[in-house]
Amino acid sequence: MSDTVYRTYMTDELGPLPFCPGCGHERLLKELNRALIQLQPDPSSVVIVSDIGCIGLADRYFITNAFHGLHGRSLTYATGLKLARPELTVIVLMGDGGCGIGGTHLLNAARRNVDITLIIANNFNYGMTGGQHSVTTPSEGVTSTTPSGNIETAMDLCAITIGAGAGWAYRGLGYDNDLAERMVEAINHAGFAMLDIWELCTAYYMPRNDLNKRALYEMIESSGMKVGLLASSDRPSFEVAYRGRAPTGSAPKELISIDPDLPHSLNSQTGIVIAGSAGQKIRSTATVFALAAILSGLKATQKDDYPITIMTGHSLAEINLSPNAIQYTAIESPDYFLVISEDGLKKTTPWIRGLPATCQLIVDSELSIPATQANVQKLPFASAAREIGRLSIGIIALASLLAKTGVFSIEALQQAISKYQSGQVAATNIQAVTKGEQLYQAG
Amino acid sequence: MGLEFIDGNQAIVRGAIAAGCCFFAGYPITPASTILQYMLDQLPRSGGVALQAEDEIAAIGFCIGASMAGRKAMTATSGPGISLYSENIGLATIGETPLVIVDVQRQGPATGSATKGAEGDIQFSRWVTSGGLPVIALSPATVAEAYELTYRAFNFAEQFRVPVFLLSSKEISLTRETVDLDEVNLPGVLERPRMEEGEIYQPHAFDRPEQIPALSDFGAAQVTRYTTSTHDKSGYLTTDPAVIQEMIDHYAAKIETAVDEICLYSEDLQTGADQLLLSYGVTSRAASVAVDHMRSAGKKVSSLVLQTLYPVPEQVIRGALAGISKVVVPEMNMGQYRLEIDRLAPDGVEVVGVNKMDTTLISPTEILNQGDLL
Repeated sequence: MSDTVYRTYMTDELGPLPFCPGCGHERLLKELNRALIQLQPDPSSVVIVSDIGCIGLADRYFITNAFHGLHGRSLTYATGLKLARPELTVIVLMGDGGCGIGGTHLLNAARRNVDITLIIANNFNYGMTGGQHSVTTPSEGVTSTTPSGNIETAMDLCAITIGAGAGWAYRGLGYDNDLAERMVEAINHAGFAMLDIWELCTAYYMPRNDLNKRALYEMIESSGMKVGLLASSDRPSFEVAYRGRAPTGSAPKELISIDPDLPHSLNSQTGIVIAGSAGQKIRSTATVFALAAILSGLKATQKDDYPITIMTGHSLAEINLSPNAIQYTAIESPDYFLVISEDGLKKTTPWIRGLPATCQLIVDSELSIPATQANVQKLPFASAAREIGRLSIGIIALASLLAKTGVFSIEALQQAISKYQSGQVAATNIQAVTKGEQLYQAG
Repeated sequence: MGLEFIDGNQAIVRGAIAAGCCFFAGYPITPASTILQYMLDQLPRSGGVALQAEDEIAAIGFCIGASMAGRKAMTATSGPGISLYSENIGLATIGETPLVIVDVQRQGPATGSATKGAEGDIQFSRWVTSGGLPVIALSPATVAEAYELTYRAFNFAEQFRVPVFLLSSKEISLTRETVDLDEVNLPGVLERPRMEEGEIYQPHAFDRPEQIPALSDFGAAQVTRYTTSTHDKSGYLTTDPAVIQEMIDHYAAKIETAVDEICLYSEDLQTGADQLLLSYGVTSRAASVAVDHMRSAGKKVSSLVLQTLYPVPEQVIRGALAGISKVVVPEMNMGQYRLEIDRLAPDGVEVVGVNKMDTTLISPTEILNQGDLL
């Protein structure tokens, strides 16, 4: 810790504050300065993140770090800064305009509870762009975009952030005597803290609405919105809770390497299509089949196709196997084509119609296929799967294919299942391999 | 590591972590969501932070904040999310923020087909933000390249203080392949130039326009500034036209003068060939099959595959076009990168597009037939 005592955190190197005479921002910033003087942080450990709008001119008048980003997004940068360096004190200065365009960030910052202090300089309109109405413009308020009075309702910023889970929320006026102390409390709060500070915009909102200091007090009273400290809880901040929950230890199982030591019979690239239904484990089945091929010294690709719904509709996997590197990952002319469900059949019917005579088409016995030149064989995959487990139908079909073609060994498929699947899934699939082999031999 | 059977999104996460990524924020979107899933699982294991944001704007905002606090950061989305990143990509450009942006392309426009592949965001990545300043965009063709180019994207982001695009697609990100990532040749990990402690800091200091200013992290010993507004070298807002132009020239020069260093490609030029197949991304794999087919049939053909799309490797393309009378450019879009080839091809060179946007891969046969290559 440095022994330096900071008598101010503001600088006049850039001249006086740039605000209109009487603007509430000047007093607000001086109160923030008082709060910082009380707290005495090293300026390099503080970031003032300023939003767009008149209040966004403020950061340069402080000797702390300054981050001036896009309109409404200041809470997002503040979140990134704080999560990257939890030791930083992060203070966001935002106007009521930012609360509108960045409304979702306001709600989610409250909900997420990263340790950020948000000071809202709320003067009921957009001062920088010509006095347009904002989300906090009172009903009947006159602005350049509500010339006959605002027909929308003012948003209660404290109520919505508290509703979204804010652990600390305060509403007051820019004239309040204890503002600096409230800012100190907010900065010291270990979580998201927000102050909704009502002020005068002397350029636009004040003259158009006959507002003055006294009328501002009356306005806050008649608004029905509560003032003072409105929420205070000790919910752990996101960054503290995160470290307690995040995964630790080594990388997950999926990254286990493969040592190929089993035989295969392929001389060239071979394309296999398996067409079934979502929920039939087509993708994981195709993956374990490809892993078995890799255990046999082959290269593999697996390209899946499925609708955005997860448990309904078709699920299709295109598997290429080759002793050499595989380039094109789709299959122009499949060597083997397995159809194991009605959804899969429906999706691939145009493809089946055009299959060449060189293609072995192996179809579940219960399905009626369209006319095709492919070499068709029907096997009772579905009924076999009903005996040992509905989700093993893909393994049954692929084991039959291996028994029929000897592309690689049945043993490789058994090894891949044992190695890369676990528990009941592995046990059922081992049975399914045997079943598939038997189906081909019987068929 | 040895052999593995992983998809492109897994490879992207592995490449990012190998490059030193320690911050990730994303918003769920098919086909990029699994990058978020893998990051949530893997980054905290090495002390990093990964989280889901409330939307894409927040996701990239978190990353910009984290990057300026000294963390190597990445976000990932698909075309719809790039639209929402747009304004913040401008911020990262003007603020000179190292950042990796993964675009797992899917069929657009708009929501399009969430689970279907496309390469429709090529020119979008180049002109993604107001001002049109140069960007770096890399395009992998395989799972191994997804790993390598993600890693290199981090190096470029750090080296040049810019946002870098990795233009993946559903067809790479969600397709599994046999890979051995140990066999991928990677350069050393690069770190952003950093300010010496104790100096008075200028966040955008340079003597020559192409010079990369040293960064000081938010939280380091010296106070720093960052701003979305036109600013001078100290990071203070300016309206001085001379200063504004000097800064704009700097943003452009730092990439334009480093084209040779940034441009990654593989070329397979055949002596005497008068036809060239110029491709990138997953479509280059079909092009490679088409080249093999042509050569088996006794045809001479050259091939140029670009990994760096932006900045455009103009010298490399001009070199590959020497002696060529026809160049065929297959793309899963309506001819976006062909625009670059059109402007680079000398008079008399026929530029032919093979284009498709029906969500399916362009096949070797389609390239051969529509390119009239046999």
